[in-house]
Amino acid sequence: MTTFLWVVFPYLAIGAFVAGLIWRYRYDKFGWTTRSSQLYENRLLRIGSPLFHFGLLLAIVGHAMGLIIPKAWTDAIGIEQDVYHLAAVGGGVTAGLMITAGFIILVFRRRTTSSVFQATTVNDKVMYLILGLVILLGMWNTLSTAIGEFIGNHYNYREGVSPWFRSIFTLSPNPDLIASAPFQFQAHAFLAFLLLMIWPFTRLVHVFSAPFGYVNRPYIVYRSAGDRPGPTAGSRAPQGTWRSPTARKG
Amino acid sequence: MRIMAQMAMVMNLDKCIGCHTCSVTCKQAWTNRTGTEYVWFNNVETRPGLGYPRRYEDQEQWKGGWKLKSNGRLTLKSGGRLQRLASIFSNPKMPGIKDYYEPWTYDYENLLNAPAQKNFPVARPHSMLTGEPMQVTWGANWDDDLGGTYKHGVDDVMLAGIADKVKFEFEQTFMFYLPRICEHCLNPACAASCPSGAIYKRSEDGIVLVDQNRCRGWRMCISGCPYKKIYFNHKTGKAEKCTFCYPRVEVGIPTVCSETCVGRLRYIGLMLYDADAVLAAASLADDQGLYQAQRDVFLDPRDPAVAREAERQGIPVDWLEAARRSPVLRLIKDYEVALPLHPEYRTMPMVWYIPPLSPVVTALQETGHDGENAGNLFGAIDALRIPIEYLANLFTAGDVGPVRRVLDKLAAMRSYMRDVNLGTEPQEDIAAAVGMTGTEVREMFRLLAIAKYDERYVIPTAHVEHAHALEELATECPVGEGPGEAFGSRSGAPVPVAIQTLRETKARMQADDMAQVPGSVSYLQWDGKGVPGKATPQEVAERPGIPGGDR
Ligand code: SF4
Ligand code: SF4
Repeated sequence: MTTFLWVVFPYLAIGAFVAGLIWRYRYDKFGWTTRSSQLYENRLLRIGSPLFHFGLLLAIVGHAMGLIIPKAWTDAIGIEQDVYHLAAVGGGVTAGLMITAGFIILVFRRRTTSSVFQATTVNDKVMYLILGLVILLGMWNTLSTAIGEFIGNHYNYREGVSPWFRSIFTLSPNPDLIASAPFQFQAHAFLAFLLLMIWPFTRLVHVFSAPFGYVNRPYIVYRSAGDRPGPTAGSRAPQGTWRSPTARKG
Repeated sequence: MRIMAQMAMVMNLDKCIGCHTCSVTCKQAWTNRTGTEYVWFNNVETRPGLGYPRRYEDQEQWKGGWKLKSNGRLTLKSGGRLQRLASIFSNPKMPGIKDYYEPWTYDYENLLNAPAQKNFPVARPHSMLTGEPMQVTWGANWDDDLGGTYKHGVDDVMLAGIADKVKFEFEQTFMFYLPRICEHCLNPACAASCPSGAIYKRSEDGIVLVDQNRCRGWRMCISGCPYKKIYFNHKTGKAEKCTFCYPRVEVGIPTVCSETCVGRLRYIGLMLYDADAVLAAASLADDQGLYQAQRDVFLDPRDPAVAREAERQGIPVDWLEAARRSPVLRLIKDYEVALPLHPEYRTMPMVWYIPPLSPVVTALQETGHDGENAGNLFGAIDALRIPIEYLANLFTAGDVGPVRRVLDKLAAMRSYMRDVNLGTEPQEDIAAAVGMTGTEVREMFRLLAIAKYDERYVIPTAHVEHAHALEELATECPVGEGPGEAFGSRSGAPVPVAIQTLRETKARMQADDMAQVPGSVSYLQWDGKGVPGKATPQEVAERPGIPGGDR
């Protein structure tokens, strides 16, 4: 079981993630979009969306620091454990609060604004559920680390989860490292890999079109009519993922 | 000098009767799908009026188009690149559905299914976004023919500064129609604001298109376009815009809106311009000089030096020939009667307008004067300052000079041609008063009043060398043959963007009734989603209830 959960499953998820992205990019460029619902509602979105997304950017930086940079390195350049934790917990709590607040606003908006709710697919709902759980557990991890600091009973994820995470990418997976981690860390990691697995098949793909190229592109793009790919390249007919509302009595 | 060709349009507003045929046929061709219910690539607004979306011309609110920085360089009005990227998670300047209008349909079923009752059953309006019953409070053309303008009219952005002089009392008001499509700008702000680089200007004919496979739904173009002619398809999550009916134009036939225009007031032709001069012209400090600056960017293909250079740069000979015969060129350059819409947005729009003289003539006739007498007309154009200033706000950033000159020319043409039509001696001094000769006036009249199809639309076909890439000529589906399964919501195959193929178009134009048209669209089994399938010839033959179908 341990092997499956912490070795086989992560590789499966990564495999599905990479293969799925390639597949989606080759066959469904047309479906690759943020599917914004700003047209329907803007008042809540204007607050919720930047909160959520900027919080996520912060969280990504935090995860990169916590998971990828080994403890030995920060020790080597003389960063005290306490200083590190203060930064990690401070940043983590800020990011967590932003994400949670943003997520709650956005989900509330999605549920209560009729037109936005109509445009929500089953696919979206499953994804939001998993994403919500990952966020919830992430928040728990941050807080439990912070509180653990005070009561002196704290789990140092940089000695358990992080090396396990890196061991996956160095192709020498070490499941024992995480098998002894507290439940919330395990659940967070498992669900995060699950999210990764379904990622290419959800609207989350828009993350990979972050348009950094805009910064140094010429303003006006010229293209020849002859540059068009054949009518079928990278496209498929819309798959009917959206229900179109029909008149409802009421 | 980098010479480029641009497909351009001129609309003669005097002849627009506000019938909305152009809007409806355009919608049928391009935006009759879920996700684009509220979208009108072509819309016809009554002016004075708020327009569609409401008050789109207020760039202090919407921040569309370009502005000059303090160092004299051009930047998007909504801010530089980094500022735009920073606001990517929630576009601060995007119009909401309420600024357009919430699309609705009626519960027609109720009319048939209601049980016998004392009162007539009614079909209530339902929102097409939520399906719930709704109160209709605004539409794409709510203030059509000045409907409600006495109430909302003062919100017309173009009235800024002249509001106190415009009367909305019925007897004193004036109005005209303004049909609008995408301007296919030389300096398109939509393309400049697209983070993904999905919006491009075609180097052959200047048509501005959205690559649907590269658009990621960031919505920056929607606020970037000052004319609000990019729309968000809320079903596919992608931006869509007027395509200048490029599949039709590529095979040499005019856009759907032009083809079906009841007033025959649209002209399509090529303009040659110097692409290297565009940025400098758009960066001119003086708003009112932009009209002239844009004219200076155009090149005259009748100038042998220009023609030689154009040919050297690879513009095909038949395109040059078409550019020489372009009605648009004559209206913009020779007669100088066409003006750009809102040059002050600095996008260098390429759909130009001949401002309407009718409000002046009507006002004159209502006061008991002869509305076609040159003396009366010239005087009236001055006296009726309000329409002129209003028109100047639309077409010349408020400079009344050019508008005045155009109206004088149109007035002179009316008076001069009246004598011709009545068989009396035409008065050459009327023509001379506006700096034209009698022959020029007659030629202009011919183009404006009686020009036939081939004169109004001078469209060179796209080149055979490129034919493999053109949807119209090279769809892999055998056209009009094969059963309905090849297309339509039942199939998983991609739907070609072209609405009609050349063959179908020809067949349709030459046929006496639809039964003769192979592969005409089958609405019979269409469920209203996706794209309707093609009918087989057999289906067409068996169709019930189509006039002439049983012949
Ligand atoms: S009018 Fe057309 S080309 Fe010009 S900015 Fe708007 S969408 Fe782009
Ligand atoms: S079809 Fe022609 S006359 Fe009718 S509204 Fe459109 S532009 Fe005007």
